[in-house]
Amino acid sequence: MEIKVLGPGCAKCGEAEKIMRAAVEEAGVAATIEKVSDFQQIAKFGVFSTPAVVIDGQIKCVGKVPGKSEALAWLGR
Amino acid sequence: MQPANPANMPNPAASPQPAPPLAASIKFKLLAGLGLWFALYWQLQGLAGYLAFSLFGLTPGSRLGEATLFFFYDTPKVLMLLTLIVYGVGVLRSFFTPERTRKILAGKRESVGNVLAALLGIVTPFCSCSAVPLFIGFVTAGVPLGVTFSFLISAPMVNEVALVLLYGLLGWKVAALYLGTGLVIAILAGWTIGRLGMEEHIEDWVREMHVNASDIPDQNLTWTERFGHGKTAVREIVGKVWIYVVLGIAVGAGIHGYVPEGLMASIMGKQWWAVPAAVLVGIPMYSNAAGIVPVVEALLGKGAALGTVLAFMMAVIALSLPETVILRKVLKPRLIAVFLGVVGAGIMLVGYLFNIII
Repeated sequence: MEIKVLGPGCAKCGEAEKIMRAAVEEAGVAATIEKVSDFQQIAKFGVFSTPAVVIDGQIKCVGKVPGKSEALAWLGR
Repeated sequence: MQPANPANMPNPAASPQPAPPLAASIKFKLLAGLGLWFALYWQLQGLAGYLAFSLFGLTPGSRLGEATLFFFYDTPKVLMLLTLIVYGVGVLRSFFTPERTRKILAGKRESVGNVLAALLGIVTPFCSCSAVPLFIGFVTAGVPLGVTFSFLISAPMVNEVALVLLYGLLGWKVAALYLGTGLVIAILAGWTIGRLGMEEHIEDWVREMHVNASDIPDQNLTWTERFGHGKTAVREIVGKVWIYVVLGIAVGAGIHGYVPEGLMASIMGKQWWAVPAAVLVGIPMYSNAAGIVPVVEALLGKGAALGTVLAFMMAVIALSLPETVILRKVLKPRLIAVFLGVVGAGIMLVGYLFNIII
């Protein structure tokens, strides 16, 4: 599973990344987590409110920090 | 500073049906909460007097007594107003997302678009660090450059925290003046930038970009979720700014009691150079509305002129150096300069206008 957290690097984006890391650990799934902070890269996803979470190319949430239960649901738990 | 609002979650499972009607239990909770709020709010003056004069035994009319009364009355008053309004705005913002706003603005004619963009800037939730992705998203979707700027200027300048504090500390007239002039600046500055035809001063990679954002689904929220957003907004915004409000009011209370009247008249009065000086000092200062309004209130009390102070406040909130540095990633220097120049000129006009008429 390929998880991307999109965000230029404010407090909220860092929080979103932390939540995803914690969720992956808790779910015990094999996944890579990448933080994307380059504006050009972010724009290529068609996302323009950050933070956003993309899993295997699919946009899961935009403009907010996901909740842990939400994140676990995306991971299939 | 605009808060990010968690309203933007695309929910693929959402049904296309409208939100179900408000459940009776939520209605009851809402009414009970409002009733409690008003009951408490009307008691504040009495409570503050009791605390300052009976409990602490200070003398009414004395310096310390009046400063303490001011503190004990204004702090809970402003915090309660803030909680109520932030909650309401949080619920209101759940009806708007940057995606929806973009859809409304794309392809709008300039003048109408500028007005709409400035108004939507108030109610669309987005985090200030999202300014650049949002700029890209708007411009690539065919929102005219000037209309995009109207949105980006209005969003930080006209915000609920500034309005509540202005209303709570300086009265509804100053709050209304701020709201009205803030909107006019956003509309006219955006319109002017649009007139100047500066599209080629957007960085090339942005103009060459073709993005398709239509795969972000619209969400349908239930009322319970919308009220949840109100609660989150209160936790995020009031939880963050309360300390600035308390400190600001404490400093304000001190100034009220101890700084001589008329001190500020010599540097923030109606001199011709006071307004541009206030704007120049305000740009590099980065503060949120919660920190700046209590100081502004104290400055006014000591003889500063309203126009000068409004200009100062707008420059601090709307034009910030860090944001300008980030915008440089998508704008060429000339457009940045025009943006700062046009908005700065608008703010100065407002300052001079109010110094003349008041």
